[in-house]
Amino acid sequence: MSSVLPHLPALQVVIPLFGAVIAAFLRRGALAFAVALAVTWLMPIIAAAMLWQVIETGPISYAMGGWEPPWGIEYRVDLLSAFVLLLVSGVAAAIMPFARQSVTLEIDESREAWFYCMYLLCLTGLLGITITGDAFNAFVFLEVSSLSSYVMIANGLDRRALLAAFQYLVMGTVGATFYVIGVGFLYLLTGSLNFVDIADRLANVGPEQFSAMVAALAFVSAGIGIKLALFPLHAWLPNAYAFAPSFATAFLAASATKVAVYLIIRLYYSVFGGAIDYAALPISEVIIVLSVAAMFIASAIAVFENNLKRMLAYSSVAQIGYVTLGIGLANQAGLTGGIAHLFNHAVMKGALFVALGCVFFRVGSCLLNDVTGLGRRMPITMAAFAIAGLGLIGTPGTVGFVSKWYLAQGALDSGSWLLVFAIVASSVISVVYVGRVVEIVWFREPTSKAVIEASDPPLSMLLPLIALTAAVVYFGIETSASAGLASRAAEMLTGALPTAELPAGAPE
Amino acid sequence: MSLDLILRVGTKLILPFILLFALYVQFHGDYGPGGGFQAGVIAAGTIILYAITFGIRAAQRVVPRIVAERMVPLGILIFAGTGAVAMLLGGNFLDYSVLAHDPVHGHEWGIFLVEFGVLVTVAGTMLSLFYAFVERGR
Repeated sequence: MSSVLPHLPALQVVIPLFGAVIAAFLRRGALAFAVALAVTWLMPIIAAAMLWQVIETGPISYAMGGWEPPWGIEYRVDLLSAFVLLLVSGVAAAIMPFARQSVTLEIDESREAWFYCMYLLCLTGLLGITITGDAFNAFVFLEVSSLSSYVMIANGLDRRALLAAFQYLVMGTVGATFYVIGVGFLYLLTGSLNFVDIADRLANVGPEQFSAMVAALAFVSAGIGIKLALFPLHAWLPNAYAFAPSFATAFLAASATKVAVYLIIRLYYSVFGGAIDYAALPISEVIIVLSVAAMFIASAIAVFENNLKRMLAYSSVAQIGYVTLGIGLANQAGLTGGIAHLFNHAVMKGALFVALGCVFFRVGSCLLNDVTGLGRRMPITMAAFAIAGLGLIGTPGTVGFVSKWYLAQGALDSGSWLLVFAIVASSVISVVYVGRVVEIVWFREPTSKAVIEASDPPLSMLLPLIALTAAVVYFGIETSASAGLASRAAEMLTGALPTAELPAGAPE
Repeated sequence: MSLDLILRVGTKLILPFILLFALYVQFHGDYGPGGGFQAGVIAAGTIILYAITFGIRAAQRVVPRIVAERMVPLGILIFAGTGAVAMLLGGNFLDYSVLAHDPVHGHEWGIFLVEFGVLVTVAGTMLSLFYAFVERGR
């Protein structure tokens, strides 16, 4: 064990890469699934071991290829990245058993192994973005995860999946290009690609180069903004989530946008934080306004959406708004709420999309009209859907409440009652869209033949759903694991900001 | 087919030299411009030229589709496997220094191996793309 321990950062990324290669060789769906399952279940163990190590002894640094940072690529695990690694790998491990039946139904048999290969590559990319301490390496992993997710989305049953994947490909490429242009500016300014090193050198950049620094910030913000579906840049997301295979939707909704958010937190707080005085730029205001717009507009669109997958996709855009609101608030409580909501939203959306996957498995449709009265036929599935839906609303006793509580506290700390009102008011809109589904599913008689003949899905699909729903409730009550870690991560990040000591005029 | 005699003979004459140039680009990558990516493209180019002149069936007798498709993951396996071997020998992932008796030779070996992996994957990808387009509608 002691010989494996120092290599955990590399193994976290290399094992899924090997898994993807093996899955591509096997070419048989069942075997590829077995590989994917084994790899995915190993990932949270590695992530947990590293989190434990970080809590015990501080950040881990791993020199890729033996080249010392900042010259070589450094894999760097601190509290925040360990938290996100555990989040992504944990949710992926919970969803994985669901894949077998769902993929068999929705993907052509000859493509199953390739699909698992793409899934493992996507996992490699997402874990890689989170673990790397190198700006360009993060771009490479961003492309690995994006390209594989385009393929996963294009494999959807509906032919519109191809168009959705192409739309995402165009937007995603623009986003990645913007990010790499921003990194180019940073390299020009500092001559370094290592996040920690860039942060050190940016602090010494003269005022005559300030505009180049702002340009770098603008490019990476816009680029990653597309990837995380920040409000006006979210257009690719609803169709991509709606037409992708159920498993791909559940996995991507729970992980892809979260990792993009991680990257932007890393850049804002750990890289630019020391050099740019955010009080002098309207960046915080811009993020808060866009976040609030996302919370209201995307939620409002979700209310009128007839396709349940699209409804949840718009809800995702709104929920990302809460996360970015926490980033924009940039104080201890707000950032805690944002980071905790990363975790909480991943669990909730994972549960909701797995529930919809089960519905599609039995009924063959995710349209609201086609699931009337389904609650009586698939009671466990729809009960899980309702509980996770309560989480989206932010009911006390679920995870959604915890993060919204911290966000409201963060808004109060920054002295804005209006934002507290916005958080509560936008939650009311989510009551409408979740309530609408619950009403139609539970309080009406089944009418269509498909619904009458439906029943709860097989255990392999039901168990992931139950596990995720249990997590929605468990982490809503026992908050030390999610919000506690998020709070410590936020402390670490805001502690690195020079402006953290009392911004002028703020009532601390 | 009998009319394009010059084309067919010319292609057969030129093919070995293209392949040789691919290998030159591959092995000279340490000292000059070149490396696995360019060599992979040139090597795949020989098969594509062969397919254009003699037909897709003849080309697939040389490199069957299944081989081309398996070359894609095989190259990554060679690349990542080199890294894993370095790890097993006590270095970090992709640390070539431990691959041979001294670091300089280790780096030479390591770069040779990963560049070979790149060649295999790139050539496989080019060919798979070419086959996929040519076979469309058949």
